[in-house]
Order: sequence, then structure tokens, then C-alpha cells
Amino acid sequence: MTELLIEAGRTERQYWMDLWRYRELFYFLAWRDLLVRYKQTFVGVGWSLIRPLLTMVVLTVVFGKLGKMPSGGVPYPLLVFCGMLPWQFFSTAMAESGNSLVMNSNLISKVYFPRLAITFSSVSVSFVDFVISAVFLVPLMVWYRYPPSATVLFLPLFVLLVFGASLGVGLWISALMVEYRDFRFIVPFMVQFGLYLSPVGFQSSVVPERFRLLYALNPMVGIIDGFRWSLLGGEGGIYWPGVAIAVLDVILLFVSGIWYFRKTEQTFADVI
Amino acid sequence: MTDPESSFSPSGESHAAITIENLGKRYTIGRRRANGDGLRHALERAVRSPFAWLQSARQRKLKGADFWALRNLSLQIKQGEVVGIIGRNGAGKSTLLRILSRITSPTEGRVRIQGRIASLLEVGTGFHQELTGRENIFLNGAILGMTRAEIIRKFDEIVAFSEIEDFLDTPVKRYSSGMYVRLAFAVAAHLEPEILIVDEVLAVGDAAFQKKCLGKMGTFAQSGKTVLFVSHNMEAVRSLCQRGVWLKDGGLQQDGVIDEVIDDYFDSLSSDLSFSCANPDYGLIIQRVGLKNQRGEESSQFCPGDDLVVEVAYNALKRIEKPILALGVVGVNGTCFASNMLLDGQRPAFLEGTGKITCTFRSIPLLPQSYTVKMMVRAATITDFIMTYREVAYFSVAGDLAEYGYKGEFLTWASRSAPVVVPYEWRLPDGTAVDVALKRLSY
Repeated sequence: MTELLIEAGRTERQYWMDLWRYRELFYFLAWRDLLVRYKQTFVGVGWSLIRPLLTMVVLTVVFGKLGKMPSGGVPYPLLVFCGMLPWQFFSTAMAESGNSLVMNSNLISKVYFPRLAITFSSVSVSFVDFVISAVFLVPLMVWYRYPPSATVLFLPLFVLLVFGASLGVGLWISALMVEYRDFRFIVPFMVQFGLYLSPVGFQSSVVPERFRLLYALNPMVGIIDGFRWSLLGGEGGIYWPGVAIAVLDVILLFVSGIWYFRKTEQTFADVI
Repeated sequence: MTDPESSFSPSGESHAAITIENLGKRYTIGRRRANGDGLRHALERAVRSPFAWLQSARQRKLKGADFWALRNLSLQIKQGEVVGIIGRNGAGKSTLLRILSRITSPTEGRVRIQGRIASLLEVGTGFHQELTGRENIFLNGAILGMTRAEIIRKFDEIVAFSEIEDFLDTPVKRYSSGMYVRLAFAVAAHLEPEILIVDEVLAVGDAAFQKKCLGKMGTFAQSGKTVLFVSHNMEAVRSLCQRGVWLKDGGLQQDGVIDEVIDDYFDSLSSDLSFSCANPDYGLIIQRVGLKNQRGEESSQFCPGDDLVVEVAYNALKRIEKPILALGVVGVNGTCFASNMLLDGQRPAFLEGTGKITCTFRSIPLLPQSYTVKMMVRAATITDFIMTYREVAYFSVAGDLAEYGYKGEFLTWASRSAPVVVPYEWRLPDGTAVDVALKRLSY
């Protein structure tokens, strides 16, 4: 027989076991969000293709044609698209998961389950979008006759990194949003500025050498570089210190995100 | 043989399903609006004294007005017991259930729960308006803690219980409120936990369905499961439970056989009244305020369109000349309607000794929600209060609005709005005129 001990000021020991017991809920919540997401839209799932495509066109025109940024021999749209993929995933995950707890406040105040499930499945939904958009890379590469290089084997590592970064930031923002709705206004700013602070429309090599380490503190720099390098190759190789910093950043974000989320989780129902 | 009532029985410990020790829950009132709380202040604090967070939590918590929703509660519930938890609004019932369901954590004390626990604090939690009935069964089941395999296994049973076969693939936003509740309860009813916690969830849905739900809970209880049941519907509590726990002001007031606890609770409601209403200058004691339906049955639950009979039993220790009574029915957004002798000019010539005054509100035009009856008594001088306007009774209105010809798409959601419905007529641009009234359709 299962025994449960609820005690003041102590997080339950069963928490991580519960997380496993409720694993199917992760799936159901993500499934719900996916089902509902494109209900009553005309274009439907097409939106996860149209969005990055239009952004790609705009960024190519602005940075490639007007800004005349160097592309290192890679067709500029391809360069932008490989940067767009992780960025779009990260930014939608940040926006959607940031709101996820507040959007599910009725659940939080009426039923128990590990609240991590909400944020996690919200990030997973953005991940599905990411995968759908990624499929478009195939015709794009065929069109430009630019086959992926062997470095594509490293891609899973960077996918994992961007997932970790999204989840880490998602945990922080969703938990903060429960008490401070200010983040409803902060997040769109972060998304807007982040697009220009991260090397989405240009290569990070255009940043002067002495600022590169500083620039790499933004974890998306290492991640986007990694995506480009593993998908498109590139004779210059990759700026490994940047990747190392990104890995550290992601671990820090993720661990601290879990810590803060767990710390505030118990009062979610009282505060929300 | 060991006495099952004795807490000293050697086997008593192993039979406990829920053991509550010194449980307390504190809320800080107005915390969100408090000056020192927004993000701006949090940042300001962080800048001014970066190490303030190292301060003990206790020190910080001392600021602000505290309110104990629950305090020093100790209770043991044995396996297979069916316990009704009663008490007035704000007595701590919901807080207790929220702690037991692990929605919120206690401020002090502890609870030990043995067995798989499931709680039903609201019908249809997590239902998504856009999803179909079928999809919602899976979603709601998973939220309540069922596995996918379990849901698939019980799917047909759930559908049969809910009687919505034909609408399985319709989005629930198109359901009538009755269908919605039926489906939601059907999912919850198939949870099969060892301990079930049920809050006031039966206030919705029509009488026939309520009976079905109570029946389901009854079989659940008879199969040796532990049930904690909170309701304002005393008849339901009485018929379902053996043991009653009465909470008052966040603590345990009485714990015993259900009939005794309910009787004492009702007595206290009236004695509470008589105590605080006794105005020494006038000597009027309100002994009891009872609610009856048109059939003369005492009840705390009515249907839209029922008559509501408010019966006030009093004891006037001194002769009171021409008092003025007012009775009001109060809903979510204030007094819905009232009978007021100040307005109608009717008043008793005098009150002396014990007696009764009744007021019948005919065919109450109220939506299914919870209501309070308030009463006021003034002296003949009008300016003097014998009893200030205060709560004297509680009741709920229940029913499926679909049976009254309501078919709005957002019925469930919208029925929580303004509670009083007077008959009205829509005249639309194309010339059609539609009458709407809260009248049960004849079959």
C-alpha cells in the first residue's frame, strides 16, 4: 500500500516518483495543446512553416541584400534558416511556456500533479513545431544544391542544447509569471531583442574577435553557431569556446530553473 | 474483539487511512495588494539589500495580516469510513481538502495518507471547451491520475454512465450544462482510488443525475473504500455518511455519528443566531430559520421556479410592537430580491412569546448557483435595529438549464453570471420574436 506523508515546510520525497507516475500526463497535456493549437485556423499546421519562411525572407533581404553581411559561401537564405530554426523554437517555447502555468490556473487550483508537467509539455509542443519547420530544410537544400556535411552527426547535441535552454528559461519564466505578471510584458521584449542579439540574421563571426567570448555568454550564440556548423559545415570550423559556454549556460539555466520552480511550486495554488 | 471506536485498539494504527496531526494553514490577507510585493519592490529590495533573502523566512512572514484558515486540527480517519465534513462557509473545509489533495501545502503539522487517493474538488477540471467528449475523457482521466490503459479499459463504462453516446465527437462547448456535468462525473466516478475526496460537486446537474451520483458514491463506500464528503446538502451527507466531522473557524468542533453532528450543527446555527440576535433592549430571540419548498419539505436545495418558503421561529421575551422584518436572498453579486416590510407596509401588530413568521417567495427566478438568506428586524421606530441585516440560512438552486429551454453554446460558463432571470423577449432584425423565461419545458 502506498503511503504518503504531507508535512509543513518539506517537499515530498515522492516528487520525482510522482513525476514518473504522471508521465502520461505530459503526453496528454502536449496532445491537448497540439489539438487545440490550430483549431479554427484556416492555414492550420501550415503556420509552423509560414512563420519561419517569412522571417527567413525578411532577414535575408535585410542582412544579406541590404546589409551585405558575409555568408562564407553559403546561400544566404540557407544560412538564415539554419539560425531561424533553433531561435524560433527557443522564442516560442519561452513565450508559450512562460504563460503555461497561468493559462492552466484552473487545473493548478483544483488538482494535484507535478506542475513540471505543464511547463514541460508546453516546451514539447514548441518542439513539435520546430520539427515540422525543420522538414522544410530538405527542399531548401535541394533547391540550393547544398548537401549537408558530415558534421550533421553533431546535430542531436545542439538540438538537446536548445531544448535544455528552452526548458530552463521556460521553468524560470513560468514560475515567475505566477507571482509577477510583469513577465507578460517582459517576454515579448526578450523575444524581440533576442532576435537581434543572437546571430540569427548574420554569422557570429562578424562580431569582433575580442568581444566574441562576451558575446557567447548568450547561450543562443553557441547553439545557433552549432546548428549552422553541423548542418552546413563551413570551412572556418566552429568557435568551440562559444559552444562550451553555451553548454555551461544551459546546465546552469536548467538546474537553477528546476530549483526555483520546485521552491515556488508549493505556493502556486495560493498565489495564482 | 477490538472496539472499532477505540483509538487505543492495537490494530487501530494500521487501519488508519488518513492521520492528521496538528494541521494548520495560514494565509496572508491582501498579500498581493500589499505595498511591498510587486516585482518592482522585489527588485528594489534585492538591490538595496542583496542578502535579505538569507533572512529567516519566519522573520519576513511576520509582516502583513495573517489569517489561519485551519489550525491545530488533529483527526484520524479509518479505512472504509465514510465521513461527511460539514461547517459554514470559511470554516476550513475547502482548505482541508486542498491540503489532503496536495494542491496546497500546510503551514504546520502533518498528514499521513495510506492508499491511493483521488480528489474531486470540481466537476470537469481540465475539460477543454474546444475538444470533443471523447478527447476530454482521456484528458480529464489523465489529469485525475488515470493511466491511458485504465482509461481505454473503462471507456465504454464511462460513456454508458454519462449517457452522451450520441455526442461523443461533439466539442463539449456545444454540450448542455447537464451533459457536461454527467460526462465529467462519469470520468471521476471510474477512478477507483482507495480514498476518495469529494467537494461540493453535486450542486450542479438535475435531480435524477444527482441521485445517480449519490448511488455511485454509495456503492463506492460499501465496497470498503474511504470517502471524505463535503456538501451543504445535509440530506445527501446524512444518507451517505456514518461519521460527521464539523469544522468551525478552522478547528474541530465536533466529531461523531453523522445524525448527531448534523442535528447539533443545525441547532448551533439557530443558537448562534439567537445568541447574537438577542438585543437586550428588545429581547427577541430568533430560534431557527428554516427553508421549505412548496411541498412543505425542509430543504436546502431548490429548482429554478420553485417556491422558497422562509420560516422564522422566534421567541419574544418581551412584547414587541409593530416590528419591521426584511428578508433578502443574496447571490454572487449581492441581494437578488427581498421582502421588505418597510416597502410593503405589512407588519405584525406585535410579537410575544414563541411564534412563527413565514414568507414565501413564489417561483424563484434564480439560476443554478448558491445563495444566502439574510434577515433584518427593525423596531417600530424604524431607526432602531433589533437585528442587523445578517446571514440566517443557506441554500442552492440546482438544475439543468437545458430542461428550461436554454441552449446557449456557453451555457455552463455563462450560468455563473447575474442570477436573477425575469421573463424577457428578443425581437430580432428579421422580425422573429422569442420569449425566454425560466420555466421548465413540459414533456
